[in-house]
Amino acid sequence: MAAIAPQTLEEKPVAVESQSKSITLRISKFNPKTESNRNFVDFTIPYKKWTTVLDAILVVKENFDHSVGVRYSCRQSSCGSCGMKINGKPALACYTKISELNSNTITVEPMDNFPIIRDLVVSFERMFSAHKKLKPYIISEDSEITKDTKEFLQTPEDVEKYLQFSNCIKCGLCNSACPTMATDSSFIGPQALAQAYRYVADNRDKGKNDRLKIIDDSHGIWRCHFAGSCSKVCPKGVDPAMAIQLLRGYLLGFRK
Amino acid sequence: MRESVVMKIHYGTALGAVALVAIHILFRMTQNFADSLEFESVIANYEFLPYALLLEVILVLISIHGFNGLRVILLELRQGRTYEKAVTYGCIAAMAAVIIYGSRTILIAGMGIV
Repeated sequence: MAAIAPQTLEEKPVAVESQSKSITLRISKFNPKTESNRNFVDFTIPYKKWTTVLDAILVVKENFDHSVGVRYSCRQSSCGSCGMKINGKPALACYTKISELNSNTITVEPMDNFPIIRDLVVSFERMFSAHKKLKPYIISEDSEITKDTKEFLQTPEDVEKYLQFSNCIKCGLCNSACPTMATDSSFIGPQALAQAYRYVADNRDKGKNDRLKIIDDSHGIWRCHFAGSCSKVCPKGVDPAMAIQLLRGYLLGFRK
Repeated sequence: MRESVVMKIHYGTALGAVALVAIHILFRMTQNFADSLEFESVIANYEFLPYALLLEVILVLISIHGFNGLRVILLELRQGRTYEKAVTYGCIAAMAAVIIYGSRTILIAGMGIV
């Protein structure tokens, strides 16, 4: 990997507020269509207490290198677009403050276990197809929208069973951190498994058997080694590792 | 066979093997280690039918558990329809071979042919 000479904000006449602190932002640059090796380009960026890694990348895009490929949208950890490896750990760039990283150099790379489209942008095709395969919707013949039908009432306890798993924003950080995803290209992944549990645990849903059949495969739920890294990196507090263990309970007959 | 059935067998054989190997170790502790490895002592164990059966069951449990574990590792290492079929059938064949060879040893020693 080659490092290109660092660029500083002082070199260019741009209007950025004067700062007392600055960091070196190392951005991974790679276009798989035209290049064979990944390069790192260094930029010196001023920051404040509340500056996020995404803010810093956008400063680079605006002032130094417009070609940096980065996917982002909401900037408030709701859309799940800006997942990347920050100092070696998968995290959302919009949710990671530079001041909290306690490092003078911040390295940003594309997430592991995803094919790279360009620079920091990865393809979510595999994750989304696994997610769709598990029927991520409530399956029920009853309807609450037709005339003379009742509402699907749920107690707070019923909701509690799946609530945290419905917070998934499909950012892919869990799949990126998963050691099985790194070696098994057919593994369904912690994101899809957590979503399978979200619907299996929902008492309005009648598709439990269908979903359990899909995950009970040679590259399904049993390939999880319970490393727990998926749960550790989730920015929304979803615990895919727990969902996987609870789903196993259904398949082993401990849960009905 | 569904993967959950395979994994139930995998967990069951692990639990069974731990329990039976514990009994096997307890048996070995009835005499000192060097004596337990004496030829006459080993043959006497094989000729004692309940102990020979215990060894046979341990052999079957560990073979099933071990070769299924190997299958899982190999499935995670590479993917592909042909490769996965080869791994599955290869592991079943290797497991059968180990069980047959081990059972033959237990039988020969148990019948006093050695």
